[in-house]
Amino acid sequence: MKPKRPVNLDIGTIDLPLAALTSITHRISGVALFAATAVLLYLLNQSLVSEQGFLYVRSIIGSTPVKLVLWVILSALGYHMVAGCKHLLMDIGIGETKAGGPIGARITIGLSVVLSLVVEVWLW
Amino acid sequence: MVTSVSSLGRSGVFDWLVQRVSAVVLLAWFVFVGIYLATHSSLTFEQWTNLFNLTGMRIFTLGAILALCAHAWVGMWTISTDYLTPAMLGKAATSVRLLFQLATLAVLLVYLIWCTQILWRI
Repeated sequence: MKPKRPVNLDIGTIDLPLAALTSITHRISGVALFAATAVLLYLLNQSLVSEQGFLYVRSIIGSTPVKLVLWVILSALGYHMVAGCKHLLMDIGIGETKAGGPIGARITIGLSVVLSLVVEVWLW
Repeated sequence: MVTSVSSLGRSGVFDWLVQRVSAVVLLAWFVFVGIYLATHSSLTFEQWTNLFNLTGMRIFTLGAILALCAHAWVGMWTISTDYLTPAMLGKAATSVRLLFQLATLAVLLVYLIWCTQILWRI
């Protein structure tokens, strides 16, 4: 690697527009999901290993703290998937304009809020 | 072409494609399991194990965890090369980044083995 690579942008000094905020949130939710996979695999393991394990998962999913954790994880998953679909649409050339950026960001936020509410209703 | 020794395919275009293909596989798995759980509100242990006993479901789930490993690797690699840089961390950046990448790899290996065990112990 070259010892002195050029630094073009000092990100800290830039005001982030909505599309950039949804992009960084996509990254943050991705890192969160990387960790949350352990929780999901734990639940999958318990639910499949024995009938007691299955009933145990059913019972802890009924408790408020676990519901909250699951709600956060599934909301992050929903957001990450919606933002990812927006990426795929942009890859095939949809919404790749200056006007399309903020519109896509608003749709991403709107849809993921709806998904998050659906998950909330489903869990409670 | 941008290449890097620690990227998945040593090529940005390859990693870009891996990220998209694995994303579609994961989307399909989570949508399928989400719809299954939403339509089986009084799910029993027997129904649940029968689902994961199907060869198709095992292949689908193994594909999903493999996709997750590839997807998370490309994502975490991108994050590490964007933020764990000399501009952010100074001289220690290369060591910190490499450690971060190795830790990511170790966690993903655990996830892969764990999930395979779950599937073949039913």
